[in-house]
Amino acid sequence: MNNDWPLFEVFIRSRAGLEHKHVGSVHAADARMAIEHARDVYTRRQEGVSIWVVPSAQITASDPGEAEALFEPARDKVYRHPTFYEIPEEVKNL
Amino acid sequence: MSPRATPVTEADAALHAAHLRYVLRLADTSLVLGQRLGEWVGHAPELEEDLGLANLALDLIGQARLLLTYAGELEGRGRDEDALAFLRDAPEFMNLTLAEQPNGDFGQTIVRQWLIDTWQLQVYEGLTASSDARLAAIAGKALKETRYHHRFSCGWLARLGDGTPESRRRVQRALGELWRFTPELFAADEVDEHMSRAGIAPVLGDLARGWSIQVEADLGAATLERPATHPYPWHGKRGVHSEHLGHLLAEMQHLPRTYPGARW
Repeated sequence: MNNDWPLFEVFIRSRAGLEHKHVGSVHAADARMAIEHARDVYTRRQEGVSIWVVPSAQITASDPGEAEALFEPARDKVYRHPTFYEIPEEVKNL
Repeated sequence: MSPRATPVTEADAALHAAHLRYVLRLADTSLVLGQRLGEWVGHAPELEEDLGLANLALDLIGQARLLLTYAGELEGRGRDEDALAFLRDAPEFMNLTLAEQPNGDFGQTIVRQWLIDTWQLQVYEGLTASSDARLAAIAGKALKETRYHHRFSCGWLARLGDGTPESRRRVQRALGELWRFTPELFAADEVDEHMSRAGIAPVLGDLARGWSIQVEADLGAATLERPATHPYPWHGKRGVHSEHLGHLLAEMQHLPRTYPGARW
């Protein structure tokens, strides 16, 4: 494996109207090649109609060490879920 | 044009024979190039390129299957795609000599691919207007695939040509080695003339101009030099091959010939 090629994260839109979803990553020398590799690796079985690639180095991730501080404060705030509303009977599709 | 029409006159018979031979040439060029690319599987310089080359191979073998099935119908002797692919000998193969040339290094594979992609772009585009509806439909499908193949190969041509001194040296050398097979791409013989007169195939000489413009543009982007053209046309499409095809067929045909009728 050639470690000189940077890693790109791959996002695929499976159908028009849907969002791009992260599906994995590829090594490539540049963005054009990354699109080709993503096409060959991740859309062989008609999985997509659009591809985004992003240099992995450009992604800023949250620090797992900060997970408690970041995410636990939300745990006891169940009232943020929209389950406390009474749905009128006339509303069929929500 | 009905593929199963029984030839009634001598002229009909000649046209029919040319038609069959023309379809075999297209089929065999795709089949042999697909088999060559398949040799890379497990050996490509990167996992992603391994898959990329395999995808090209599968497209080409898919084209060959459609074309060989059609050729079998035109021939009318009950031979299907498998019989034509696996039970013919080298002199019966009508592929371009370029397609059977060995993989060499990655640069040589790319140059071979690019030369055939640019040729197929012209031929398939021309065939979409064929008076033969079956051939036009196959060409329409193949053209989409070929546009991607060309994107892939000319991208690599530029990357290698305009890359490091080593990649440049190698790809320029590959170009020098393979360029001598290009006169065959557009050398029309009586088969091609029959086909273009019947409106089945585009005039090869007309395609050469479009090809040349494309080749110049791609070579320019790759900062590579176009080699001098050698006059010798080669004759792969007439069944006269370089020494490489026999070895390729031995590997490709070994299994079905050793175990006739074997199923996957």
